[in-house]
Amino acid sequence: MDKSMSVQVRQSHVRKTPSFLSMIKKTLSYGDRVVVLEDKKDWLDIRVEATGTRGFMHRSALTVKKVVLNPGKQAVEKTATSDEFALAGKGFNENVEGRFRADNPHLNFIGIDRMEGCGVSEDQMRDFLLKGQLIPREGAL
Amino acid sequence: MKETTRRNFLFVAGNCAAAGFLLAGCKTMEAMNKMMDVVSVDVGPVSSSQAQSLIKVGQAVAKTFESFTPEQEYYIGRTIGAMVLQKYPAFDSVLANTYINVMGQTLAAASDRPDTFAGYRFQIQDSEEINAFAAPGGFVFVTRGLIRCCKDEDSLAAVLAHEIGHIQGKHGLQAIKQSRITHAVTTLGLEGAKQLGGKEISALTQTFEESISDITNTLIVNGYSRIQEKEADLAAVEILNRVGYSPHGLIAMLNQMQTRLKPGTSDFARTHPLPEDRIQALEPVLGSFAPYQHPRPRLLRFNTAISWI
Repeated sequence: MDKSMSVQVRQSHVRKTPSFLSMIKKTLSYGDRVVVLEDKKDWLDIRVEATGTRGFMHRSALTVKKVVLNPGKQAVEKTATSDEFALAGKGFNENVEGRFRADNPHLNFIGIDRMEGCGVSEDQMRDFLLKGQLIPREGAL
Repeated sequence: MKETTRRNFLFVAGNCAAAGFLLAGCKTMEAMNKMMDVVSVDVGPVSSSQAQSLIKVGQAVAKTFESFTPEQEYYIGRTIGAMVLQKYPAFDSVLANTYINVMGQTLAAASDRPDTFAGYRFQIQDSEEINAFAAPGGFVFVTRGLIRCCKDEDSLAAVLAHEIGHIQGKHGLQAIKQSRITHAVTTLGLEGAKQLGGKEISALTQTFEESISDITNTLIVNGYSRIQEKEADLAAVEILNRVGYSPHGLIAMLNQMQTRLKPGTSDFARTHPLPEDRIQALEPVLGSFAPYQHPRPRLLRFNTAISWI
């Protein structure tokens, strides 16, 4: 039987080939489910459960646990007897950070927020490789 | 935690564990029972079935640092990063910071862990001291002092790839003591018995503080283990090769560092193996890679974007 996995990061891409910077076929979000068709090496051959899109995702984006978004009391209780679930937004989260920040106002969280705004597009990365005469070993372009 | 301790948080040697959290190696039923005593103190008595349920939580998921989801790792990393930026302020150059972000995020995409919860980010810090930090989840910091050890792009790529190696290996998370992980998971399990109230959030925040302290203690005070440093160097070689950089850039950077680093006088010298030892360990690995070259366009953009800092 094919194995199901969940996206465990905020956003990740389904790619055409098993290689970084390969063409993006679809972008998935935290908690989205995929069916693993082939589980070898770091790039998994998958099918998106909701749309049927086929492609490759990196192992680091996925978990075998079922990610529960906005878990209510019932979902949390289930985890008391099972290791099959990952609860989004629980444990060390925004609330805990908020409490910690209130107690440590001198720490530079504004600098961290600014860093988070420095995301780079894949087009920028391709351009960077090309102009720097960098030829990736895995045929990333 | 007292206010005075908070102010000096970076330099606290993980000594702020309250008695209620002294649960190291809590794997046996006896230890679990002791933990239940602690839980009852924290949140009031729970019923027998609820207690059994919590014990199951602890036993089922109180495993290792891997128990933290990438989302929790991200919140840990944000706080570590806020501390690192407190220690050395950010160097505000859009040109230089954009350059290391494009380079660093490209290297990270080629690593064994391209997907962290919110992606990788890189920041130059305004300090003459030679240093770099990798906070969990993908926040990487490099001082101007360390960038000055890089004479070309391949060398700088080696610095960033080494830090990515620490994040890929979850070396920061590994510094968190088992007792914190057990307690965090158990507090989460409490929600099944009772919605988290102020006391439980306070308990979780204290565990968070202690986990942060464990990591900063390793990251800033003591340094990673020699094995983890070697792992990060080997990861860097692999990442550089995948992207198309010369792994010899790492040796070039270490040679420069050796001439600039005064042993025992800085944080970096105290927390890292000697450059000459790292070079010696890398030489057998690098023999198979092509000689070091500096294509002109790559050198030009390095000089424009960053060599002036």
